Amino acid sequence: MRLTCPVCGERDRREFYYMGDAVALRRPDPEAGDAVWDDYLHNRDNPAGVTRDLWQHEGGCGAWIVVTRNTMTHEVLETALASDVKGSVG
Amino acid sequence: MRFSGWKVIKEGLTGNRGWSAHWRDAQPKPEYDMVIIGGGGHGLSTAYYLAKNHGMTNIAVLEKGYLGGGNVGRNTTIVRANYFLQGNSEFYSHSLKLWEGLEEDLNYNVMHSQRGLINLFHSDGQRDAFARRGNMMVNQGDDAILLDRDGVRKHLPYLDFEQTRFPIYGGLYHPRGGTARHDAVAWGYARGASDRGVDLVQNCEVTGIDIENGVVKGVQTTRGAIRAKKVGIIVAGRSGQVAAMAGRRLPIESHILQAFVTEGLKPVIDHVISFGMGHFYISQSDKGGLVFGGDLDFYASYAQRGNLPMKEHVMEAGMTLMPMIGKAKVLRSWGGIMDMTPDGSPIIDKMEGIDGLYIDCGWNYGGFKAVPASGWCMAHLMATDRPHEVAAKYRLDRFRTGIGIMDEEGTGSQHNLH
Amino acid sequence: MRIAGKGLVDRQAPVSFRFDGHTYQGFAGDTLASALLANDIRVVARSFKYHRPRGVMGAGSEEANALVTIGSGAAQDPNVRATVQEIYEGLEARPQNCWPSLTVDLLSVNDLAAPFLGAGFYYKTFMWPRAFWEKLYEPVIRRSAGLGALSHQHNPDAYEKAFAFCDLLVIGGGPAGLIAALTAARAGADVILADEDSLFGGRLNGDVETVGGMPGAEWAQSIVDELEAMPNVRLMRRTTVTGAYDQGTYGALERVAHHLADRGGQPLECFWRIVARRAILCAGAIERPIAFRNNDRPGIMTASAVRTYLNRYGVAPGRRITLFANNDDAHRTARDLVDAGVHIAAVFDSRRDVPESNAYPIYRGAEVCNTSGRRGLESVTFRTASGEDKVETDCLAVSGGWNPSLHLTCHMNGRPQWSEAIQSFVPVEGMVPGLDTAGACRGTLTTHGALQEGVAAAQVALEALGIAFDKIDIPEAEDAPYRVSPLWAVAGKGRAWLDFQNDVTVKDVKQAAKENFASVEHMKRYTTQGMSPDQGKNSNVAALAVLADATGRGIPETGTTTFRPPFVPVSIAAMGAGAQGAGFAPQRFTTSHAASVERGAPMIEAGLWYRPSYFPAPGETTWRQSCDREVNMVRNAVGVCDVSTLGKIDIQGPDAGAFLDFVYTNMFSTLKVGRTRYGLMLREDGTVMDDGTTARLGETHFVMTTTTAAAGPVMRHLEYVHQCLCPELDVSMISVTEQWAQFAVAGPQSRALLNALVDEDINDDTWPFMGCGDIIIQGVRGRLFRISFSGEHAYEIAVPSRFGNGLFRELTARAEALGGGLYGMEALNVLRIEKGFITHAEIHGRVTAFDIGMERMVSQKKDCIGKTMSERPGLNGPEREQLVGLKPIGPVKQLTAGAHLFEKGAAPTRENAQGYTTSVGFSPTLDGFLGLGFLRNGRARHGEEVMMVDHLRNLTTRCKVCDPVFFDPEGGRVRG
Repeated sequence: MRLTCPVCGERDRREFYYMGDAVALRRPDPEAGDAVWDDYLHNRDNPAGVTRDLWQHEGGCGAWIVVTRNTMTHEVLETALASDVKGSVG
Repeated sequence: MRFSGWKVIKEGLTGNRGWSAHWRDAQPKPEYDMVIIGGGGHGLSTAYYLAKNHGMTNIAVLEKGYLGGGNVGRNTTIVRANYFLQGNSEFYSHSLKLWEGLEEDLNYNVMHSQRGLINLFHSDGQRDAFARRGNMMVNQGDDAILLDRDGVRKHLPYLDFEQTRFPIYGGLYHPRGGTARHDAVAWGYARGASDRGVDLVQNCEVTGIDIENGVVKGVQTTRGAIRAKKVGIIVAGRSGQVAAMAGRRLPIESHILQAFVTEGLKPVIDHVISFGMGHFYISQSDKGGLVFGGDLDFYASYAQRGNLPMKEHVMEAGMTLMPMIGKAKVLRSWGGIMDMTPDGSPIIDKMEGIDGLYIDCGWNYGGFKAVPASGWCMAHLMATDRPHEVAAKYRLDRFRTGIGIMDEEGTGSQHNLH
Repeated sequence: MRIAGKGLVDRQAPVSFRFDGHTYQGFAGDTLASALLANDIRVVARSFKYHRPRGVMGAGSEEANALVTIGSGAAQDPNVRATVQEIYEGLEARPQNCWPSLTVDLLSVNDLAAPFLGAGFYYKTFMWPRAFWEKLYEPVIRRSAGLGALSHQHNPDAYEKAFAFCDLLVIGGGPAGLIAALTAARAGADVILADEDSLFGGRLNGDVETVGGMPGAEWAQSIVDELEAMPNVRLMRRTTVTGAYDQGTYGALERVAHHLADRGGQPLECFWRIVARRAILCAGAIERPIAFRNNDRPGIMTASAVRTYLNRYGVAPGRRITLFANNDDAHRTARDLVDAGVHIAAVFDSRRDVPESNAYPIYRGAEVCNTSGRRGLESVTFRTASGEDKVETDCLAVSGGWNPSLHLTCHMNGRPQWSEAIQSFVPVEGMVPGLDTAGACRGTLTTHGALQEGVAAAQVALEALGIAFDKIDIPEAEDAPYRVSPLWAVAGKGRAWLDFQNDVTVKDVKQAAKENFASVEHMKRYTTQGMSPDQGKNSNVAALAVLADATGRGIPETGTTTFRPPFVPVSIAAMGAGAQGAGFAPQRFTTSHAASVERGAPMIEAGLWYRPSYFPAPGETTWRQSCDREVNMVRNAVGVCDVSTLGKIDIQGPDAGAFLDFVYTNMFSTLKVGRTRYGLMLREDGTVMDDGTTARLGETHFVMTTTTAAAGPVMRHLEYVHQCLCPELDVSMISVTEQWAQFAVAGPQSRALLNALVDEDINDDTWPFMGCGDIIIQGVRGRLFRISFSGEHAYEIAVPSRFGNGLFRELTARAEALGGGLYGMEALNVLRIEKGFITHAEIHGRVTAFDIGMERMVSQKKDCIGKTMSERPGLNGPEREQLVGLKPIGPVKQLTAGAHLFEKGAAPTRENAQGYTTSVGFSPTLDGFLGLGFLRNGRARHGEEVMMVDHLRNLTTRCKVCDPVFFDPEGGRVRG
């Protein structure tokens, strides 16, 4: 498996750390309530198909990356710097 | 038909003409008291115990592929009761007791082999953590023995005690731990359930769950609608998709866990060995193949196949621990879809807010040994609407409340840390 | 029998080898199988279950029968295919799975018991009495199962792993692969051509066809010569591509030195990870047997294997050969044999429309229905419309048609489709992204077709790669029709083998179907068909056809099982290369490592690091003596300890303070420059992640320390929080753990020691407790932190790593001059237990700030990671187990870590368990064992008596619950 780090280019999977669903970028307000926080931290769409998840190029430049990926085929559709995605999400 | 050595001999002498189907292939009826979605180990054992313990026989198990085709048919077959947190300890202890009577109960040789499990440790800190675990096992009434390095050497003289990167300090020995023939477990439960009147329906995929005013009415399937008063979702890695049919999200992520088997070899490994520093565990099947596995591939996936980095890591762990297996040749590797929960412990619960809908999931990578007790407890829950006492902590809401989180690994109750 | 003038082996280079204790001769270029056949050795193995004698069946890596053990001693290599093993001078091969010998195998009694050993018999018996399973049944089954044996000794051979990259990977070097590689190479692409054979050419080496007017083998060699001369081509011989993985990654096993008597320092095998932008599978096809009664006798082989042995190795596997086929292709075997002067006794073809020959008798519409011969084939019985008859023969060449070797295309879950034309499965386009197929592996079974498709596939790949190419002439080659008519199993009584390796017969498959193992996956698992070392390469399609017949379904509806990696068996040593011994994980050494070892300190693993356990002084015989002395030394004089392994993270930027406020529970933006603060870090789930001190060296400059174990995860966490949650903060961070050597100098004499080393005057005003800053130490710019993990007046001094060794030795000498010295991990542990300081023994991942009594450190003035979730009801309250101190109060004075805590008088059961011990140590300061642990509602229970029970170490100790700070609770010493 290979991923394209937006900074370094295509690299082997073993250079990357996997974190999970990119929903992590949307951290709720501290006062949002336990249902919202439960949903944020625990509940997942867990799609059998296209998903967006967070990886870090830990064995390289250290960039956190949002990877758009298919969980059925392992096809990688897009990678982007998490800081850019977060910036556009707000 | 009752299986026995006499029966095998009698059939052998008469041309093996008298054998019959181990289970009936049922056509789905329009209505059942209960429907179990998922014909894997847990679904089949739930159906079996519903019939056996609770007299419920107007039930169907709906399987989208073939019975036992999921994780029960693709695991490393380890059976153990070596948990240390309240909630897990009593549950797996119960499961092991069921295993110990399973062949007699099912009249099916699942080859449950209590050959002993040894968890190795490699530092004082790990020793203390395993001591805590072993003490809880004894508290629970199960067996555990703390071995020092020489004690390990007596059992496993072939390990590398001299050169290895992480020297072996000792091990936690669980004599009642062992293995079983995984497929036979599914088939034995299928046969037992079918004999008691349960309908086992293969090639029947559930496509929707009918809910009216918060009450379950039945399911839609590729073989038509089926009405049911109660529906149990027992679909492991596919839990998220099926729960979504009921409009629910679950604290589950599906991950790949690979496993490996070598060519048949004359007996060489007599125990189940677990090497924590390398996330490596191994045993030898009765056919002679070394069966071993490691950690998750660590990315969400439904592909039932993995990639090279973890394969190599697993083999590297094997080579540092027991370099005698170097010339064993891997024949096959495969991947299962693990239903990972945030704390690494399972869920057996009602689906809050939907009457008649139950879920049994979140077995992470430890579901095989749980098959008997999971079925036992899920059947109890579905039949009585009360949790069984040994599974009372497997609540779905524990993540929201923080009450009773069971994080055996201590890596945090967040996804992707287990 | 060797045939004069035939074959590609080197007749000028005789090679002697041993098999089953006898010495034989072959030639360079022989495999063990060809050399054994040349020596008329027929029985080479015993079968898995029935222990029937077996001979060589094929000529490729899919060999089902001829598995042997190579070598002896620690290097003994079981289950080696004789058809793949090349012979070399002195090669030693042994039969396996037989006792006492290959010819007299006592377990062949199983063959007589076959009626009782049918499919799945073991699921139905061996259940009574229960205790007999582990004691009797299982050991007997285990001993009789298995094929070869491991040596039970550590692997003595070298293995390697490597990466390779290319534009185009061509898998298989037969006609399709050779011309595909040539097409791409001439266009300038970086090409890797891998073939598992020692010789490129594929079937061209086993046939006598011509290509472009040249003998096929010569044509192949001419292409190899051209490719070898090109700098953009890498030819990989003896290299099997074993698996297809995501994004164009392929695994491949190179058998580097299995064929060499003298390896000359080369590894035995190399496992490759090949990253290819495109790939073409040209893996050929495997000829399948036909199931008929007793079709497993030595001397019964595939027709193509017989042809290969004749044409490539110059060996006739028999003197009176018969042929049984259902297709035209197989008749070439008879033709070649006759041309070589070998007697053909008869040809049986199940079809009526059969190629003519006047060189041998042909029986049309004929089926072989039985064979005889105790240790090898002696005769076959065949059936035609006019009845049964018998022919004497010592070799039967069988062809049931060809199965494309499409295995790699299935490695990503792709399903092949059924082809009526060739009566087998063929790949579907796109099953593996970037992988095309050409030639026999896609069902094209002529040389001409293979060449055409090889060129076409290369052109598709080149277009995808954006590389221009010239037209390439396709040489003329054989294009004869294959014409197969399905025949899977000959009807009749007795056992007809499908899976030779696992001894699965037609009967077994039918019985499985009858017992409702009717899905192909169920049948496979119930009968074990396809689970043998060949993974069903020889048997899957036929078994499927038999199952389809038994269940009344068509083959396409019955489906197929999944091919999974590896394509051929791969040794664990190859894929695990480099890890044996200490190679499994990197080793990290501190700058004081050598000095510590010089002083005889046992070095213990701390994550990837090594740290000294204790420093034995003369006369000390136990670690406890050293530990007690070191603790006393720190409490009474001064001790020195390397703490460089703690994670150090340099954090800079205008928003560094705000960032730290977000990752720590407590405030750091308010920390004054020149001061250090203890910080607690939570995971987002509210449990404690790590702790440590962070120093503010400047307005925008902090240095964080983490625990040794959490250094990596914390660094990752900080980057996550910054990049993913608050990229708007202007802050940067980098790990500097390895850039700084850091030493703790602890004890009442610590200040005196340091003042003698530095120019500046260290006093309570310049360096108050928790003070920090730059300092010049003997001309080197370092950093000094007045922090303590021992409860004593103490400092940590850091210098760039290159000065670590020198400073460590200097500190050691000065400490010793002051009546102190070095202390190791054991003493460090006792010192911190005396003070109730926690480590990861306590913050083991399940504890909350509340549990360790630090809930007030979670600032209410701000948000931080983990704060919201830490407020969940389940993470707080009297039901939680809380950190306590424990002291023995009864006659038993010992404490152990990992024991459980119970109320006085309660039975030590799970229901009654109230907590557990985490860290214990003997305190020389307080002259007794001290323990830290967690106890339900423990903070409210100070003074209570509890029982510590350690079942495993057979210890029950009465304990008094107390505050976890045992020594100097007011903290006067640290400020003094």
